[in-house]
Amino acid sequence: MSILVDRDTTFIIQGITGREAVTMTRELLDYGSRLIGGVTPGRKGRDVHGVPVEDTVRAFTEREQVDGAVVAVPPAFAPDAVNEAIEAGIKLIVVVTENIPRRQVAQFVEYAKQEDVRLIGPNCLGLISPGKTRLGGVGGAAESTRVAFQPGVIGVMSRSGGMTTEIANSLSEAGLGVSTAVSIGGDAIIGSTYAELMPLFDADPETKGIAIYSEPGGRAEYELAEYMAESGSKLPVVAFMAGRFMDEMPGMRFGHAGTIVEGRADTATEKITNLAAAGIAVAERIEEIPQRLKERIEQIEGAS
Amino acid sequence: MRFYEFEAKQALARRRVPLPKSELARTPEEAEAAAEQLGGPVVLKSQVLSGGRMKAGGVKFTDSPAEAKQAAAEILALEINNLKPAGVLVEERRTVEQEYFAAVTWDTRAKRPVIIFSDMGGIDIEEVAEQHPEHVARMHFSPSRPFPDFSAKLAVANVGITGGALNALSRMVAALAGAFIDHDLTLAEINPIGRLDDGSFVALDAHMDMEDEARGRHTALLDELGIDDPEARKARPPTQFELDAAANNDADPRGIAGNLVEFDGNIGLIIGAGGGSLTLFDAVRAAGGKPANYCEIGGNPSVGKAAGLTKLVLSQPGVDKVAVMMSIVSNTRVDIVARGVIKGCIEAGRDPAEAIAIFRIPGSWEEEGFVILDKYGVEYVDRSVSMHEAAARAVAKVAG
Repeated sequence: MSILVDRDTTFIIQGITGREAVTMTRELLDYGSRLIGGVTPGRKGRDVHGVPVEDTVRAFTEREQVDGAVVAVPPAFAPDAVNEAIEAGIKLIVVVTENIPRRQVAQFVEYAKQEDVRLIGPNCLGLISPGKTRLGGVGGAAESTRVAFQPGVIGVMSRSGGMTTEIANSLSEAGLGVSTAVSIGGDAIIGSTYAELMPLFDADPETKGIAIYSEPGGRAEYELAEYMAESGSKLPVVAFMAGRFMDEMPGMRFGHAGTIVEGRADTATEKITNLAAAGIAVAERIEEIPQRLKERIEQIEGAS
Repeated sequence: MRFYEFEAKQALARRRVPLPKSELARTPEEAEAAAEQLGGPVVLKSQVLSGGRMKAGGVKFTDSPAEAKQAAAEILALEINNLKPAGVLVEERRTVEQEYFAAVTWDTRAKRPVIIFSDMGGIDIEEVAEQHPEHVARMHFSPSRPFPDFSAKLAVANVGITGGALNALSRMVAALAGAFIDHDLTLAEINPIGRLDDGSFVALDAHMDMEDEARGRHTALLDELGIDDPEARKARPPTQFELDAAANNDADPRGIAGNLVEFDGNIGLIIGAGGGSLTLFDAVRAAGGKPANYCEIGGNPSVGKAAGLTKLVLSQPGVDKVAVMMSIVSNTRVDIVARGVIKGCIEAGRDPAEAIAIFRIPGSWEEEGFVILDKYGVEYVDRSVSMHEAAARAVAKVAG
């Protein structure tokens, strides 16, 4: 099983004629994703690797079922592209674009919520359910994606697109594999946080554990810790916290837009303490993640 | 990007927020003239992009123009947290009967802006919130609809304020929220707002941060405030090494090989991407290594860009070797980075086999990359060697 997507999920790419999006299109088709179209205003009638291009999102939604949209347009136009997809009735939107000011992100996040749209990103590489489909560039070329992301039992959520692949690879090498991996995005405000995706993993019978990649900045880890305490979730969670050195450098921004230490609560140290108190294991190295998950899963299965 | 107090106050003045009379002085003589013109006692405040001014001696109270000149000379010479002041703000001193706190910021968890208001201003608001929660009001509002003035009123009324004070303070808070929204700020704060002995309210200090990503949309405001070099507005001023790295990155639009931050260590790092850099920097330190720099490469930088960065890092005093490491790459090509770092070593007059402690970049085009690395005798590892293990090997090699 998987969350959010399955083998039959149909989707389009907005901004499909951009350089990065053309590469992504090739990789998605090679992977077997059901990418049915692309939108670039003024390019109607063309195709990208055989995928038809239209001027509007509605051109597709009016004639066929479109489950998702990947937004890969430049930051100045991305908010409008997201709004267009929401208005056309698409219920899963992955925003790859980075450098969108947070006020605009908050605006389309609010609109998406009102319309019951699941939004992933911005500033993310999308999501993948190994062996089924992939929306977004996570993993890169199809062949190497198949190596790093093998079908399995662990759900992955990561604030870093690149580290999504690194963690998935460690899970695949250890024989655990991945049920669904979500690159949730590195911005201060994102469509779906760890805690907001957890109920979906909880409801997925094949997900047996969760690996998360985390960074200083923001309050998403506190929200996750609260969720774990209040929901009665049975899934073991192992977290990896990068950027511990940043605790010594408040006010300096490293890596993603959301990664900055502004107060005491958003340091790596405070977050680790908080996660551990909620029963979430914190791994010191990436390669510890599969081992700690295996131990926790065996404990749980042995007890039942 | 943080505004100086005098800039934040100019932005508030445009919105008719009442302020004490003040003038910016760049020299002691200008401060003396400003004090003369304002008449009466003044307060002089260091214009520095750092908190803790009062404790550091960056705020002084004087009663005569001569005293103001002397105090300004001291403040202008004082660095606070390694930052030089841009000037000194000379402001009329008023009798304050009560202080209030007002801020608008993002609640990233609620994904909405929030007004925070307290009738216990002037001190650390986090402390007030912990010890006197009934004195701190929080009011979220929609980022999409026009600002609802009543939410400013609710924030003020919720700490028990009524009468004329409610209306005056609500207007100030609404103006602050207007600046927050219109200028894409991540923080807009007036702390404290002072109630004066005549019953009026003024903004005594102000703090604003503009989101870096939105700067391009606010050139009119930035021009009006005279902000021409936003890059200099960092938590600490950039070093020459950092400026050189930024120039190398900007010289070529293809990919990223930048965001370099200088550290006082002996192992040069060519690392990426965003999350990978954070992980690898920690991994080097955990293995006992002392990084000479942080940086980020990604988005498939050109050979020249990777070479320029490598050459620059190797030129740092005390740096003998670089570690070239990334998390598994998908759009960055391993062979291009390999070519770049080898070229950088050679241009720096170094043997790549000796100058590169380890090369750990698995992923797209790795076979082609490994052929090049073999040719130059550079030690490399594939994805079967973890990021932490690779970092430990590099540290061991540097230690000799």
